[in-house]
Amino acid sequence: MISAHDNKAPADLAVIKEQILGKYPPKVARKRAKQILINEALENETPEITANVRTIPGIITMRGCTYAGCKGVIMGPTRDIVNITHGPIGCGFYSWLTRRNQTDASAPDAENYMTYCFSTDMQDKDIIFGGEKKLELAIQEAYDIFHPKGICIFATCPVGLIGDDIHAVALKMKNKLGDCNVFAFSCEGYKGVSQSAGHHIANNQVFRHLVGLNDENKPGEYKINLLGEYNIGGDGFEIDRILKKCGITNIATFSGNSSYDQFASAHTADLNAVMCHRSINYVADMLEVKYGIPWVKINFIGAEATAKSLRKIAKYFDDPILTERVEAVIAEEMPAVAEVANQVRPRTEGKTAMLFVGGSRAHHYQELFKELGMKTISAGYEFAHRDDYEGRHVLPGLKVDADSRNIEEIEVSPDETRYNPRKSEEDMEALVSSGLDFKQYEGMIPDMEKNTVVIDDLNQYEAEKMVELMKPDIFCAGIKEKFSIQKLGIPMKQLHSYDSGGPYAGFRGAVNFYNEIDRLVNSKVWGYLKAPWQENPELSATYVWE
Amino acid sequence: MRKIAIYGKGGIGKSTTTQNTVAGLAEMGKKVMVVGCDPKADSTRLLLGGLAQKSVLDTLREEGEDIELENIRRGGYGSTWCVESGGPEPGVGCAGRGIITAINMLESLGAYEECEGLDYAFYDVLGDVVCGGFAMPIRDGKAEEIYIVCSGEMMAMYAANNICKGVRKFAESGKVRLGGLICNSRNVDNEYEMIEALAEKIGTQMIYFVPRDNDVQRAEINRKTVIEWNSDAPQAHHYRALARAIDGNQKFVIPNPLQIEELEQLLLDFGLLAA
Repeated sequence: MISAHDNKAPADLAVIKEQILGKYPPKVARKRAKQILINEALENETPEITANVRTIPGIITMRGCTYAGCKGVIMGPTRDIVNITHGPIGCGFYSWLTRRNQTDASAPDAENYMTYCFSTDMQDKDIIFGGEKKLELAIQEAYDIFHPKGICIFATCPVGLIGDDIHAVALKMKNKLGDCNVFAFSCEGYKGVSQSAGHHIANNQVFRHLVGLNDENKPGEYKINLLGEYNIGGDGFEIDRILKKCGITNIATFSGNSSYDQFASAHTADLNAVMCHRSINYVADMLEVKYGIPWVKINFIGAEATAKSLRKIAKYFDDPILTERVEAVIAEEMPAVAEVANQVRPRTEGKTAMLFVGGSRAHHYQELFKELGMKTISAGYEFAHRDDYEGRHVLPGLKVDADSRNIEEIEVSPDETRYNPRKSEEDMEALVSSGLDFKQYEGMIPDMEKNTVVIDDLNQYEAEKMVELMKPDIFCAGIKEKFSIQKLGIPMKQLHSYDSGGPYAGFRGAVNFYNEIDRLVNSKVWGYLKAPWQENPELSATYVWE
Repeated sequence: MRKIAIYGKGGIGKSTTTQNTVAGLAEMGKKVMVVGCDPKADSTRLLLGGLAQKSVLDTLREEGEDIELENIRRGGYGSTWCVESGGPEPGVGCAGRGIITAINMLESLGAYEECEGLDYAFYDVLGDVVCGGFAMPIRDGKAEEIYIVCSGEMMAMYAANNICKGVRKFAESGKVRLGGLICNSRNVDNEYEMIEALAEKIGTQMIYFVPRDNDVQRAEINRKTVIEWNSDAPQAHHYRALARAIDGNQKFVIPNPLQIEELEQLLLDFGLLAA
């Protein structure tokens, strides 16, 4: 029998793993060993990795907190909801516009509160006497000034400790205000093991308090929702451009460039296209159970992946007109992409990349690097779960631990009036047998070449060690890693917020990415990192007494 | 100045015992400040003759940071100084944090300065050691001597033992020591012997056995300590004796809390078997 631990990896990868673990105390090394996986050739089997477990204290993790996942990632891009952070000012201030979520508020009646920072600015006395009254006043004040359609409340750590009942306050104010939907998130930073818990808390509440409120029939055909697209650097704009060109109607994006009404209408779409599996697959499941909307996994990062995803959507709607239009769009868009790829490729071919981002991006961006002829030699997620690495087939076997039990799972049942299966059982079966996979995601590991290294919840030390040992031509992660990596003499690209670039999704995004990576990996600047006197001292001398 | 904190199970009589003892110390000519660390703000009622005291936190909330010592302390029986930290109403906010803020405020206003001429500062702390805030008086050397009020009832002894765990933790890293157990009698069988045995096992002493006497209630309904209400009552003499015992106390230890089985065995040995 072949066990997953039979050492068939090339000696150097095994040695690299040993070298990384060698610095750790034995117990830490044992734990980390299960999160560092050499992707080796197994017989039709994806090796198992440990993920979504607590970071060991003392390790400088790349992860964020639950509040960051809830307020920052999921609700951050919502432009016409006033998002109030209930807590001391720091949590609100430092989560204000830190992600480059773009939004289009150009319509005459569009509201945009994204540029504001709302916080209850809790003081010592609010901690002692409780902050509920102050929160009430803050909601009232925000309402009086802006009259938004919705106000969301986010709990920071101290709110959970002193037990302010933010949900009761939200309900009270919702009833009092009458025309403003107020709801709250118990997303205290200390909950869960990473920001992933915050995504879940956010999506649950959006689903519970917002989805399904607007039954109005929206114009357009081939209606989809785009789940898990956050419009960083304008990615969502490019995807919307392509969808529109194909004649596909995007009812709601969760949550890039989103609006209150989009969420409220999401149940009227006929297909859910899931981009970031990690942050939102459970919403896709709930939308299917409650409203009868099937979901497919798509990926608009990479030109080929974009084409493939469009074809997947067309296949679902099974309409020759749409299929034809999609093919026409692909044919029209591809030459410009191919042209740049052909120019760039001679300079990028054979170079290597490392990607440590998110819960999907480390997988999706490998597509773009592949199109540049670059190999991803090591990748990993910050906050993903095992299904994002190994595929959804591991879901039934996932252990429910104390940390995941702490995060609410909503049980949904078919809506009495709105449940409507979009396709008959026969149609669904026919689609499946023609090769369209519903509710399917195979994860990152099967898509990676053998003899690469997959690392979950990478940390500062391991990042530097990996760069030192494997010498990639480019390293992709987030802002916290940016400068420590650059100091090692390796170009670094932020794939959370794209530095100042983007979009990188869709066809035009691919072109942007090719040019950006070409610029980074072929820059001469890294050769000048050492000052001249560090390499060749101009003067040498001895002390007189020597 | 000796800094003393009184802990014990809720309802055991910490505030009553503290104030009556303080009255005894005041009678001996000692200058004492009592700091009530209970959101209910009822730890100085007997010394002040009523609940008129405005708490530190109320004052802080209403008048902002700009307050004087005279705004938050009042003179009580026998030239004592009385302070109530105060706190939120039940079920909201963080009372522990409130105590921390109140004590820091007292310090920064100079309530403990040499020129105040204090012989004693007493902290009367709510219930069990429930969170960091309530342990504030024994952290950072705010209090250096701890007395635990208990009785022969199982839960009171259990609470006393639990408090010893807290005291031990801080004693090992600081100057705080346990001065003894004060038995506030509930007329439990073999109570005197049982608490003495408990004290011995913990490594401390039963510093005084306060018998049960309805005069305490009579004085309380008159908003007075027993000494002020009826100076010659036998109970007044007991409180004077407790005050003298504390004043002359030399035995300060790091407590050695019992395992729950040992505690239960103690109850069996002294209580249940006899019944």
